[in-house]
Amino acid sequence: MELVAFVILTALAVVSAGVVLLHRSPVVAALSLAANLIAVAGFYLLLNAQFLALLQVIVYAGAIMVLVLFVIMLLNLPEEARRHDRPSAQSVLGMALAVVFVAVLGWALARASSGQEFPPSSPTFGSVGSVGTALFTTFFYPFEAVSLLLVVAMIGAVLLAKRRI
Amino acid sequence: MSPSAVLVVSAVLFALGVLGVLTRRSAITILMSIEIMLNAANLAFIAFSRQFDHADGQVYAFFVMTLAAAEAAVGLAIVIALFRLRESTDVDELHLMRW
Repeated sequence: MELVAFVILTALAVVSAGVVLLHRSPVVAALSLAANLIAVAGFYLLLNAQFLALLQVIVYAGAIMVLVLFVIMLLNLPEEARRHDRPSAQSVLGMALAVVFVAVLGWALARASSGQEFPPSSPTFGSVGSVGTALFTTFFYPFEAVSLLLVVAMIGAVLLAKRRI
Repeated sequence: MSPSAVLVVSAVLFALGVLGVLTRRSAITILMSIEIMLNAANLAFIAFSRQFDHADGQVYAFFVMTLAAAEAAVGLAIVIALFRLRESTDVDELHLMRW
């Protein structure tokens, strides 16, 4: 059962990421990215991290993707023009680097792991309580710094996008 | 389901994101590829959090999520300012600061 869900989620995540990469229409790419984010939220559920899965769907697939779609529709972006020239050296090199990256990482993982399953987790793992406790005790100062970061990002976004200040 | 299987999925997603950043020309698609990469990193964080039965990895993933929100807001504002100036979001046309 778990394996079936894992295979389906993997296929969904990889295919939707591929569509983001290959499709020339920005709207289709954005919707496919939302599918990818929801597939990753499914992985979080499989890994017992319910709170993060919830945040992923609400914040990522909800708020951030709405922002991206809003900008795409505001700018009324056309489909990306088809390349008529042959693939550039940069894209060939990029593909080669991506393949090398996966190969190296796969090799390292195959060497390091003995293929064992995840150990059983404690009953409170992934709950709002356990994550919140860590957030407000060990990570209290980073948490406050992140709130400052969000304020700075908000002011920066308004300043950048405003026509006249 | 083993930890290495999840990590391989995370690596594949990260590589797809890298590929998007390196090969696409639309600034918005590049931003979306960066989101894919951040998500791949988050997936690895949560896999390790599950492996060691510790909440720290989930807190890191939480921070990465807020960072992604900030990045999306500022990045999209830059894209809007850029589009107003150039009527295009094609990064190949923006070579003013390239040597």
